[in-house]
Amino acid sequence: MTKAMTGAKMVVQALIDQGVDVVFGYPGGAVLPIYDEIFQQNHIQHVLVRHEQGAVHAAEGYARATGKPGVALVTSGPGATNAVTGLTDALMDSIPIIVLTGQVPTFMIGSDAFQEADTVGITRPCTKHNWLVKETDKLASVMHEAFHIATSGRPGPVVIDIPKDVQFATGKYTEARQVETHYAPQVKGDMEMITELAKAMETAKRPVFYTGGGVINSGPAASQLLRELVAATSFPITSTLMGLGSYPASGDSWIGMLGMHGLYEANMAMHDCDLMINIGARFDDRITGRLDAFSPGSTKAHIDIDASSINKVIKVDIPILGDCAHVLEDLLNVWKSRGRKTDRENVTKWWHQINEWKKIDCLSFKQEGKIIKPQYALSRLEELTKKYDRYICTEVGQHQMWAAQYLGFEDPNRWMTSGGLGTMGYGFPASIGVQTGHPDALVINVAGEASWLMNMQELGTAMQYRLPVKQFILNNERLGMVRQWQELLHGERYSSSWSESLPDFVKLAEAFGAKGIQCHDPDSLDDAIMEMITHDGPVLFDCLVEKHENCFPMIPSGKPHNEMLLGENADVANAIKSDGAVMV
Amino acid sequence: MSPLKIKKGATSHSAYELRPTFSDKEEQHTLAVLVENEPGVLARVIGLFSGRGYNIDSLTVAEVDHLGHRSRITIVTTGTPQIINQIKAQLGRIVDVHKVNDLTVEGPSVERELALFKVVGTGDHRIEAIRLADIFRANVVDSTLSSFVFEITGTSEKIDAFAELMQPLGLEEIARTGVAALSRGSEN
Ligand SMILES: Cc1ncc(C[n+]2csc(CCOP(=O)(O)OP(=O)(O)O)c2C)c(N)n1
Ligand SMILES: [Mg+2]
Repeated sequence: MTKAMTGAKMVVQALIDQGVDVVFGYPGGAVLPIYDEIFQQNHIQHVLVRHEQGAVHAAEGYARATGKPGVALVTSGPGATNAVTGLTDALMDSIPIIVLTGQVPTFMIGSDAFQEADTVGITRPCTKHNWLVKETDKLASVMHEAFHIATSGRPGPVVIDIPKDVQFATGKYTEARQVETHYAPQVKGDMEMITELAKAMETAKRPVFYTGGGVINSGPAASQLLRELVAATSFPITSTLMGLGSYPASGDSWIGMLGMHGLYEANMAMHDCDLMINIGARFDDRITGRLDAFSPGSTKAHIDIDASSINKVIKVDIPILGDCAHVLEDLLNVWKSRGRKTDRENVTKWWHQINEWKKIDCLSFKQEGKIIKPQYALSRLEELTKKYDRYICTEVGQHQMWAAQYLGFEDPNRWMTSGGLGTMGYGFPASIGVQTGHPDALVINVAGEASWLMNMQELGTAMQYRLPVKQFILNNERLGMVRQWQELLHGERYSSSWSESLPDFVKLAEAFGAKGIQCHDPDSLDDAIMEMITHDGPVLFDCLVEKHENCFPMIPSGKPHNEMLLGENADVANAIKSDGAVMV
Repeated sequence: MSPLKIKKGATSHSAYELRPTFSDKEEQHTLAVLVENEPGVLARVIGLFSGRGYNIDSLTVAEVDHLGHRSRITIVTTGTPQIINQIKAQLGRIVDVHKVNDLTVEGPSVERELALFKVVGTGDHRIEAIRLADIFRANVVDSTLSSFVFEITGTSEKIDAFAELMQPLGLEEIARTGVAALSRGSEN
């Protein structure tokens, strides 16, 4: 059945039909008809952010925490350009979001009209797909297709650019089931390859599961199947930053996060393994270190839904194109039906080796004296909040890596961090999106003072919608990660890596009507954290920490996994040679 | 979320030969890319090549199926086997791309290019130009007392060779279409 309605109404109708309950947005001239429709209905809540970048990150946070696509709505020109960072962030981390942008009317396109920007041109490289809709009759079908494309295959951001005259004009509304699409990425893996992997698992002496964000994107079934597979085989499992939570941190086979700031035992296991099973990760440069020295002796299997991720940087022996959940299910079945075999004796030896590496205790630190160590702050935060229904976001920097190291994730969709793009300013708006999706949960954004300032205006949003997000700022008065690199690579010349003229965060919170807490004393930290948790409303927690702490372990750029720096006594000055220094 | 109707024979972007080839030698490949004839699709393809640093040796595009709304892009590119596989996979990922065929590896194919040459001169040069054009089966499509425009079709190598010979004979301007290619035989 096709109903006639205006383009603006179609937008809202399509959102309702797609099950959307919240839109993060910011109005302007080119989207006024859509805002008018939003005003006249009660199905969809609109959250008014304070900057369009915030809208997109909030949509990302919502998507990652709920497993549903996030939606943002912005105006033409500056509204659309402000959305670009969020779109790129979502593309890099494969987050399904739909961003609706207003556009000048079709008859003015190309005339340098007020607030005109070539939005589809600007966003083409930072979206999975985008559309400029020039006919109202096509608007509804594009809306439906957009949800399909954003959420199927490797998820990602899409943009629909809607000229104002298309919003005003009346056209025919197309239902989702009437829309035809040719886009249907392959989800089932090739059975021969899966069998080959099952065979490799039977004979592997030093196997390791290396999992990534793809497991989480694939949905809860993938995490469940992964847990089953790990439990059945007892193989060790590590994960990228993006994949934390798909296997529980308290699980028997967990050996911690890998990569540049990953755990010693995880990176050593990757280097020395004889069978690497990559599930939904992409051999990112934060993971591999020096490519020609990456896990030299292993057979590598790679399960990925994106053919272009396979053999992109690392050549693999067993490529499996498909969705993690589908492939894991088949893999489990094949492996079970072949008799559930593993080389127990050698895998046990392998575990002995891993346990030796664990004894290095690479995350140990000493909390002495009157200054809070950031590691201590996060250990206490973990201890005091792990019992809660908890979601963690982060900004980008040292605090982000410490959060990944010192917090434990038991379930998928509980950890929202900007991995691929490393976007400072991501965490706060993301936490707003998460809290919107889970109003009763404890949502904490672990932040650095510098990152947090990048989208601090969203405190207004948190207050307006009574979103009790907790902003836990590890304030080292430094662009800590930049400072660390300058120490390691640039002769301790700390060029512009100080956070000067910082605001008084407590007063800043109060200026918005929120609660501010400052803590500098290790002895009162627990009480202060409890005060933050129990306060019914947004809290800005200014945790003053050690200013020159470095984040270890660290694989210096250009180095292989087995040459990690392990702590303050590491030979930091000579760690990075000039050939590694060109890398970021 | 309500699902869409997935068309029969939907793309399911084919699983390319994902096993790696270990050669580091650069090869030239001709790719035929069947795309939805949408605004922006060419920009997407070109953006992919410039954004990821791949080579474009030649690129042609035109609508090939008006009713089915399909265009065909023929790209000649150079890279190691790993890069060529990346290019095919990256192309396959573009939502508007229906099919990517590597004509260089999928059996024999024919490749043709059309070019127009403006040659200016009189006397011996003019006579020699028309003699060579005859040997190369180039047609004269325009002539004045002091110039010719030749039309020539053939492989890119043939056109290169013709250009080299015309150079000393007063070659002023060349327009080339780039390569169009099809697989041989009855299969498509
Ligand atoms: C938008 C953006 N600009 C610049 C950077 C580069 N950068 C990475 S970490 C960092 C410092 C972050 O400082 P802070 O938020 O205080 O975190 P800390 O490292 O001190 O924990 C900078 C500038 C970035 N990642 N994102
Ligand atoms: Mg800092």
